[in-house]
Amino acid sequence: MSNVTTASTKEAKWWNGGKSPFDVEYGKVMMWYFLMSDAFTFGAFLIAYGTVRFSTNGWPNPNEVFKSYPFAGEGTNAPLVFVSIMTFILIVSSVTMVLAVHAGKMMDKKGVVRNMILTIIGGIAFLSCQAWEWNHLHHEGAWWGMNPFINADGTASSTNFTNFFFTITGFHGFHVFSGVVINIIMLIMTLTNQFEKRGHYLMIEKAGLYWHFVDLVWVFVFTCFYLL
Amino acid sequence: MSNHDTHEHGDPIAEIKKVTIILSVLTIIELILGFWMIGVTSEGGRLAIKGTIVILMLAKAFYIVAYFMHLKHELKNLIMTIVVPLALFIWFITAFLSDGNSFRNLRNTYDPHFKEQATIKVEAKEGHHGEEGAHATEAKEAAPATEAKEAAPAKAAETEKK
Repeated sequence: MSNVTTASTKEAKWWNGGKSPFDVEYGKVMMWYFLMSDAFTFGAFLIAYGTVRFSTNGWPNPNEVFKSYPFAGEGTNAPLVFVSIMTFILIVSSVTMVLAVHAGKMMDKKGVVRNMILTIIGGIAFLSCQAWEWNHLHHEGAWWGMNPFINADGTASSTNFTNFFFTITGFHGFHVFSGVVINIIMLIMTLTNQFEKRGHYLMIEKAGLYWHFVDLVWVFVFTCFYLL
Repeated sequence: MSNHDTHEHGDPIAEIKKVTIILSVLTIIELILGFWMIGVTSEGGRLAIKGTIVILMLAKAFYIVAYFMHLKHELKNLIMTIVVPLALFIWFITAFLSDGNSFRNLRNTYDPHFKEQATIKVEAKEGHHGEEGAHATEAKEAAPATEAKEAAPAKAAETEKK
């Protein structure tokens, strides 16, 4: 095993059979394939959003729509503030996830547990932020099929803006939620020494791939809805 | 199997730190550009800022996939399997966005109602619980109390009209 991997990294005949041509285990390849299909799903959503936006004359100004944050007064005008906090929460939780994966490679159970807990806290914090934002927008009269915000140029808007916003951030939020559930399962498996018994923490790496993908999608969602 | 890549490249912790800093800096630049864009009114200027933001977004995506998802340190076989199909997005984005754009141009040329809609200003929403201007003229006369709470039924009527 070891001489195969060390001696053959440079000029190996990866496709001659007998070993994985990708040099990763089955589950990881499948996770990558799943994430690719998920990337196309999100891509389809975002491209649909872009197409509709290109085919419309006016569009609401995101700085007008997303300008509040929790515990702020009624007339707050703080565009981008709250969403930048959300973005940083997700980036930080991605970093703790990388650290958990790294600790797993070192067979450092304590490090895995600590970083998985931090990642889960980050995920829950992000979900709470999103719940607040949805609730806030809903109170302002925004929902699927309801758009209280007029276009940036002062003309009447359609409901496309809210429909796409709630669908896409909702789909992303659902991914974050599943990610948190997966991470909690990984934490429990770590605490019950399951990976210790297996002799490797490869499951943490697969959960990590999923979690980074969630962060990756947020990079696109954040840019498309809040910045552009 | 997994331990071969730990000693294949440099100190992983240093790499994680480096990528974290890069991602944070890129995000901060994006936010600065976003704030800056609020004051920019010229169409060309906004487009330039938006283009820069998209490039920064792609850079962030690259760093997350390459380092956090570890793809850069995988075998070329796996990298190609993942990245090459994603190249389809180049065509998807080009095709669909230009299609949307052409649809708007067609409607602005041949659909007078669509074009007119883009010139009629509506009343901006008042207060925080924003009343949309679209139905304001009719709805206000019919029901003067259409303030915050009654927004929902008024809105339902409005969507029906559409």
